[in-house]
Amino acid sequence: MQLSDNWRPSASLELLQQRAALLRQLREFFWQRQVLEVDTPLLSRYGVTDVHLSNLQTEIAVLPNQPFYLQTSPEYAMKRLLAAYGCSIYQLGKVFRDDEVGPRHNPEFTMLEWYRVGFTMAELIAEVVELLLLVLGERMVVQQTYQELFQRYLAVDPLAASVSQLQRALSDYTEVADLAEREDDRDTLLQLAMACVIEPRLNIDAITIVTHFPSSQAALAEIAADDSRVALRFEVYAGGIELANGYQELTQATEQTQRFAIDNQLRLQLGRPQAAADTRLLQALAAGFPNCAGVALGFDRLLMIQSKKANIQSVLPFDLSCA
Amino acid sequence: MANYSTNEFKAGLKIMQDGEPCSIVENEMVKPGKGQAFNRVRIRKLISGKVVEKTFKSGDSVEGADVVDVDLAYLYNDGEFWHFMNNETFEQLAADAKAVGDMTKWLVEQDVCTLTLWNGNPIAVTPPNFVELEIVETDPGLKGDTAGTGGKPATLSTGAVVRVPLFVQIGEIIKVDTRSGEYVSRVQK
Repeated sequence: MQLSDNWRPSASLELLQQRAALLRQLREFFWQRQVLEVDTPLLSRYGVTDVHLSNLQTEIAVLPNQPFYLQTSPEYAMKRLLAAYGCSIYQLGKVFRDDEVGPRHNPEFTMLEWYRVGFTMAELIAEVVELLLLVLGERMVVQQTYQELFQRYLAVDPLAASVSQLQRALSDYTEVADLAEREDDRDTLLQLAMACVIEPRLNIDAITIVTHFPSSQAALAEIAADDSRVALRFEVYAGGIELANGYQELTQATEQTQRFAIDNQLRLQLGRPQAAADTRLLQALAAGFPNCAGVALGFDRLLMIQSKKANIQSVLPFDLSCA
Repeated sequence: MANYSTNEFKAGLKIMQDGEPCSIVENEMVKPGKGQAFNRVRIRKLISGKVVEKTFKSGDSVEGADVVDVDLAYLYNDGEFWHFMNNETFEQLAADAKAVGDMTKWLVEQDVCTLTLWNGNPIAVTPPNFVELEIVETDPGLKGDTAGTGGKPATLSTGAVVRVPLFVQIGEIIKVDTRSGEYVSRVQK
């Protein structure tokens, strides 16, 4: 990325007005539903364990030798609030992700994350769709399982296929065939298929909800009670881009402890730094965590789709290049 | 040659792919919210000229290609090789027919061309944007006619054929844009 000395904003005044109107509209949406707005700290003693996420890190002068991490999402802190107070909450604010720069990525961006106590994944999906139709106007909504998408685009069952079957299915797509041939990690092949083959081919005018990701990609979602091969995790795509990711939230501390450990094992294999597990989150889950569903949605991307802008810098007052 | 990480990918970077030196045309990072990041790149193969799409895992390394562009003056063709010279060091380089390709029709003695070298060997020759060449054959046409009627074909001293206005005659020197192969103007001797 080229840094710029230009003092001018990257978004037009019209876009900033649209941005302000959208922030207000979202707050109104949750106000009417009596979902409590919270603003948890962005600076925390713990970072994220997720193998593919990377925290920016800093230090506080009066607390030497104790790194603090800028949060990649308010998830852990919000879950501590859920455990303590058991009511539906949302946060609309900045988050930070290292290593993410591009037309759809800015290392500092705005996320809308909310948790609905007592909701199932299906109920939360219905609310996400309601919100998106309100913001984006009438459009087609398509809901498919992860398995159905793979069968449609790659004629392969993602829950059963072997590494070589996945490689063969991907060999028909020349832009990914080379990488698929030399890659032998199953989840990496599935992610390659999803991100580079399926996602670019989704209907750009529709809102697409993909549900039931493989349990190996459960992240912080519950595993389905009736099918241990899949997790109750969903993703939302609109305007050709990934917009939101949600779960039927994992509620058991023991299972969460295991997932943190698995993340760190994978980090070790990939030569990435270990990430200490947030013990306060584990304590909160152990203290009793309500059944709930939660989702995180990229606010800037939502604004990009609403305003038909292809580059995130057009919707930010100042993107990283001039920040 | 050094390896490049996908973090260093940008337009113009020269890398090896399929045993051939390539130039990156476009690089885009694809990063799912949860999951592995990928770099989707469009590359131009510098020998075949083909543009293809490739995908890399972000963080992977790719072998760099030792590709440089040098400006050399065209000297002569000995039937097999086209010879070029560095006007400062007087060092000479010979390019074969594969490297010169159909650019041979724009090679004018003393003109400074850009040679693309891979491991020191020429793999492509780019002539100057404009060259001046003599017309050796064309229909006499009508004198006094102006451009706009579509013109007529004219064969130049190098064998190149371009469309010229009807008033341009055999023996005249014309200026041609080598990128489009189009006539630009007559040149006063």
